[in-house]
Amino acid sequence: MKNKKTGAGWLSNSYIALIMIFLYAPILVLMIYSFNESKSRSGWAGFSLHWYRELFKNDAIISALLVTLFVAFVSAILATVIGTLAAIGIQSMKSSSKTAIMNFTYVPVVSPEIVMGVSLMLLFVLLRMESGLITLVLAHVTFNLPYVILSVMPKLRQMDKHLFDAAMDLGCTPGMAFRKVMLPEIMPGIITGFLMALTFSLDDFNVSYFVSGDKFQTLPILIYSMTRRRVSPEINALSAIIFVIVLLVLIIVNVQDARREKQLRRKEAALNE
Amino acid sequence: MNKIKKEIRGSSKNADKRNFAVQKCVQISKIIAVFLLTVIAAPFVFGAAGMLITSEKGGTELWIMTEAYSYAEPEEESYELAEPEAEGAEDEFDYEYGEYDEAYYSRFRNAGISISVYNWGEYLSDGSDDLMDICAAFTELTGIDVYYTNFATNEELYAKLKGGSTSYDVIFPSDYMVARMIEEDMLAPLNHENIPNLKYIDPQFMDPEYDPGSRYSVPYTWNTVGIIYNTKLVDEVPDSWDILWDEKYKGQILMFSNSRDAFAIACKALGYSMNTESEEELHEAAALLIEQKPLVQAYVMDQIFDKMENNEAAIAPYYSGDATLMMPYNENIAVAFPKEGTNLFIDAACIPKDARQKDAAEMFINFLNEPDVAAENAEYIGYATPNLAAYELLDEEIQEDEAIYPPESVIATSEQFIHLSEETNLLMDQLWTQVMAQGDSFLKWGLPPILVLAAIIAGKAVYRVRKKAAYKRMSGDL
Repeated sequence: MKNKKTGAGWLSNSYIALIMIFLYAPILVLMIYSFNESKSRSGWAGFSLHWYRELFKNDAIISALLVTLFVAFVSAILATVIGTLAAIGIQSMKSSSKTAIMNFTYVPVVSPEIVMGVSLMLLFVLLRMESGLITLVLAHVTFNLPYVILSVMPKLRQMDKHLFDAAMDLGCTPGMAFRKVMLPEIMPGIITGFLMALTFSLDDFNVSYFVSGDKFQTLPILIYSMTRRRVSPEINALSAIIFVIVLLVLIIVNVQDARREKQLRRKEAALNE
Repeated sequence: MNKIKKEIRGSSKNADKRNFAVQKCVQISKIIAVFLLTVIAAPFVFGAAGMLITSEKGGTELWIMTEAYSYAEPEEESYELAEPEAEGAEDEFDYEYGEYDEAYYSRFRNAGISISVYNWGEYLSDGSDDLMDICAAFTELTGIDVYYTNFATNEELYAKLKGGSTSYDVIFPSDYMVARMIEEDMLAPLNHENIPNLKYIDPQFMDPEYDPGSRYSVPYTWNTVGIIYNTKLVDEVPDSWDILWDEKYKGQILMFSNSRDAFAIACKALGYSMNTESEEELHEAAALLIEQKPLVQAYVMDQIFDKMENNEAAIAPYYSGDATLMMPYNENIAVAFPKEGTNLFIDAACIPKDARQKDAAEMFINFLNEPDVAAENAEYIGYATPNLAAYELLDEEIQEDEAIYPPESVIATSEQFIHLSEETNLLMDQLWTQVMAQGDSFLKWGLPPILVLAAIIAGKAVYRVRKKAAYKRMSGDL
């Protein structure tokens, strides 16, 4: 039943539509021009899949993409593991040290990326580490960590502290209690943290630039270096592919979530009858 | 009894109030302290990092540590420049297309080594447009793997090398950056005997001003800055830099968005050298640029491609070779060279001092100068090649294209960038910032709303704190 008081009127609908257009119009233009026959963005020269074919032949872009994905996933996983453990530890500190540690955690979030990039590069020089894939992953873990901690902390705060003790009272070892009781409770926070870490890692330019070595470069660095001449439309094709994949993943996740919620609601209704 | 109770309650109320106040003060002071620390420390950290990156060698302990780590100083040897061919014999290179010196190239075949090449973006033929994939061809020929990465500006290249955490084998700085790196001892001298294909390079580019004797660099491409204009939107053929200050084309003029190129144009328009170190002349150039600001549509680098092709702008100074990339999409685009003279720039291949595979790097530079490789590369890049044998192999159309190979008259009046002194660079930076900051300033229209917002937020916070205190007081009374 559509309730006029609480339902969305045409005004708010059009406002939402405007915001969506503002957000997605550039991506749409990008995707349309990836099918353009000619290199320039000045006119439509005919539909063609030429750039998609060129994309898969272009070794530089493919290797940069693989490096970016590898670094993103590995650093996101590492940051999630370390961040979750850190959040659990921070949660059980007394408030003065908790505040101090949380302030430290905020520093990478607040400081400009170029400061992080340059200081990490100097750190690796100090430690005589050769810049390469390892330094890249370490740097990404460093600036991803705060986002994971900040995502997991609220979930930890919401969780009932005594569940853990109750589980141990009932015979769990601390490890089992952690795995079977705490982890499922904070899992949404962990997943959010992982996705945020992944996003920041994929998107990062400044830190990657200073820390990447002579053998590998990530996709943002490659695209930025094309700006002296002209950014090739193969990048349009790549962006279109990435956008479609991410969209599909999000749709699948959301559909699964909705289905699970429906099932839960049905179960509850059945129980209440 | 009641009196005692009242007293106790009264004193506990005061104690509560005091505790509350103390707590609040401690909280606020903690927040302020952390905030101040970050705000104060960050510029120092950044400044120190910046100083370390750009300081001369032998500065601080950090550099001493990295110095011990770097390449050892080679013996000073004097290299003989390969004798250039006599004038008449230049057209007859004893050369077969596709034939390479196998003995020379298979020296490292099974050694399992690799080189790292650091180049501009889209500046090496990589197999697109049916041209040669140079890195793959090199690996096939010599068995040496090539790791190819890119940078966007000379300054980025310099910062990466100076940072000391990576070492490349072949880099491609521009002329003034080569001069700077030679001064700061960042390049390794080249063994000309190891690069026999130097004999194909045009003698007018060997022994340049930025690198006497070509000891440290091999020219890779050269080009000039020209005035790219739209024949439909511009009535006359531009022949002077003054057209960029013409009121007629207000809002249709584009300019370089980097300081060196923009100041070069302004200096030339005033009749000064683009390498001037005179403060007066630089100030005049800055004034001229500020004068031009209302007429400029945008300060661009690669956005110029779209703008010119879409007829959004009428005139733009840019690297003339890039005009040939725009012409297929817009037939009205043409290039003209101003009479005051323009900038001729040369990008050169160099080997950094701490390169790990110097011989393999020289082999790569040699391969780049094989005539057929250089010809395909020149076709891909669209700039002029200094390799005469490659020039012979190019299509007539490209050889005659004035945008890529401008006539002698233009080359005669053109100037190359040299490395300017620190003070001049600093002054140019400051003046450029002034030029960019002219006109609509964010502070003018942005600050008032921000201040209003900040006031509202602060007011709300104070109101809430006081309300809370009052509530606590009231509940204490109950």
